Amino acid sequence: MLRQKGFLIWSGAALILALAWGLPASGALNPYVIQILMYVGINMILTLSLNLVNGYMGEFSVGHAGFMGIGAYVASVLTVAVLPPAWAAPAFPAVLVCGGAAAALAGLLVAYPSFRTRGDYLAIVTLAFNMIVKSVLENISWLGGPRGYLGMPRLTTLFWVAAWVILTLLVLRNLVYSNFGRGITAIREDEVAANLTSVDTRRLKLYAFLISAFFAGVAGGLYAHLLQFINPRSFSILKSTDMLVMVYLGGVGSLTGSLLGATIFTVLLELLRPLGIWRWVVGPLMLVLLMIYRPQGVMGFKEARLFKPKLPTPGGGSPGPPAPAASPLRGQ
Amino acid sequence: MQPILEVTHLSHSFGGLKALTDLSLEIFPGELVGLIGPNGAGKTTVFNLITGVFRISQGRIFFRSENISDWRSHRITAAGIARTFQNIRLFKELSVLDNVRLGAFGQHRYSLLDALRRSRRFTAAEQQVTNQAFALLERFNLTHYAHTPARHLAYGEQRRIEMARALISRPQLLLLDEPAAGMNQSEIEDLIQRVRQIQQDFDLTILLIEHQMRVVVNLCQRLTVLDFGQTIASGTPQEIQRHPKVLEAYLGKDGGLGQEAPEPAEETP
Repeated sequence: MLRQKGFLIWSGAALILALAWGLPASGALNPYVIQILMYVGINMILTLSLNLVNGYMGEFSVGHAGFMGIGAYVASVLTVAVLPPAWAAPAFPAVLVCGGAAAALAGLLVAYPSFRTRGDYLAIVTLAFNMIVKSVLENISWLGGPRGYLGMPRLTTLFWVAAWVILTLLVLRNLVYSNFGRGITAIREDEVAANLTSVDTRRLKLYAFLISAFFAGVAGGLYAHLLQFINPRSFSILKSTDMLVMVYLGGVGSLTGSLLGATIFTVLLELLRPLGIWRWVVGPLMLVLLMIYRPQGVMGFKEARLFKPKLPTPGGGSPGPPAPAASPLRGQ
Repeated sequence: MQPILEVTHLSHSFGGLKALTDLSLEIFPGELVGLIGPNGAGKTTVFNLITGVFRISQGRIFFRSENISDWRSHRITAAGIARTFQNIRLFKELSVLDNVRLGAFGQHRYSLLDALRRSRRFTAAEQQVTNQAFALLERFNLTHYAHTPARHLAYGEQRRIEMARALISRPQLLLLDEPAAGMNQSEIEDLIQRVRQIQQDFDLTILLIEHQMRVVVNLCQRLTVLDFGQTIASGTPQEIQRHPKVLEAYLGKDGGLGQEAPEPAEETP
């Protein structure tokens, strides 16, 4: 049973990667559709990343665009100014990892305040963080200041986007369905009780922010090498709001929901292009309607069976010593 | 014999309000000790100080001769002090099984990388904790609800989940905060049986906060009585029942032994 599901997941992932490689090359899809698919993928990574903090851990970060921005700028500087042009393409995955790592370091800056504050107060800390990142970027002249930074080669392909979506999904799934993931959800449910059941909440907050910021940074790198132009305004609160809409639309505390939310939101905004500037009303309006009618989102706290591990049962070929039924913990 | 828990000159205040004054307490391995007193006497404050919910400003706490006064909660729990709560605090959206497994968080010995790679060590450790959790669920008649979110269960069952969650961490000292709150007579009899059984099976030392005299007189070997944060008496249940100060402060006011009034919530962590 477990074997079968593992097989299904891996062959599905391989199929998606093959398609992401083959379809653009074959010319069967028009470049516009490919472009949209790449945006969907990048938004999926962002949504998964934010969902870890907001959905699973139950904190409220409104500053994730800051992490994305850091990843985007670090990756861009690497391909434009640091690496020789010929190296940029083969080193692209490593470049993205560097961008993600830089964002993860910034994640520490937000994780530490989260030891002491939570809820509304932490939301304000993340908001301030987002604003700081934006103003710092605006004031560094060799990064183009408010005019932005350009010259990045178009290295982002559907294949790389698909590969990172799969990696993000895999990491988050394995995290969520582990001791660490249970601890992270326990923080959401009752932080004091979590501490008193031996959950090291500080360490888990650190992990959650590190992982979340890392993937937001990677998404930023992919975004920069797709658009080939970034400016600080692309990573303002508005971008963070978009991510919030995708998380709360798809469903908090759900991987399936994250994928769904990112897809619906991205495609919808594309379809509404004829509305011109009015389409930017759609996101916030959706957020308002969602909060009123379905605050947990489409898939709130629910998961597609594909992503869930088998329900744990006792025994089941355990390599560990079996616990006696009557008094399992005696004579430890 | 070395005491398993030693509290010396512990005081605590909230702002200007003295919640606890100069409490000293020694508990020896295998004992079942009761901490009693009227509402607001500072009983839960003692638990919150022992388990690191409140920072200790005056006094010291030793657990197995180790000074744990400035440890953080998760470390204290992992070292072997588990507790339950007066007003049940479960992880409501999580399954009963996950609630219990979380109690063993401090026992896990695999790294983040093990989890992300789904390594052999991860699989083995998860299975072991799952087995322990199921063994406890069986003991508390909860197997049937293993995959049900904890919030769906009835009050009495939720209390049992808390107990299972506390026990899976293999504690040496168990702190029970008003385990009989909100229970009727037959449920209390049942609880008394259960506490005795658990103490025997798990080699536990238990410190118990209780409001209802019937419970402590039946269970505890020693009692300490608090009133307005002051220790007014300690001794065997028989001595306590005759102690004039106790009668005045605690029993006299309530109108006698065994009277059970509904419990308003005391200060909580």
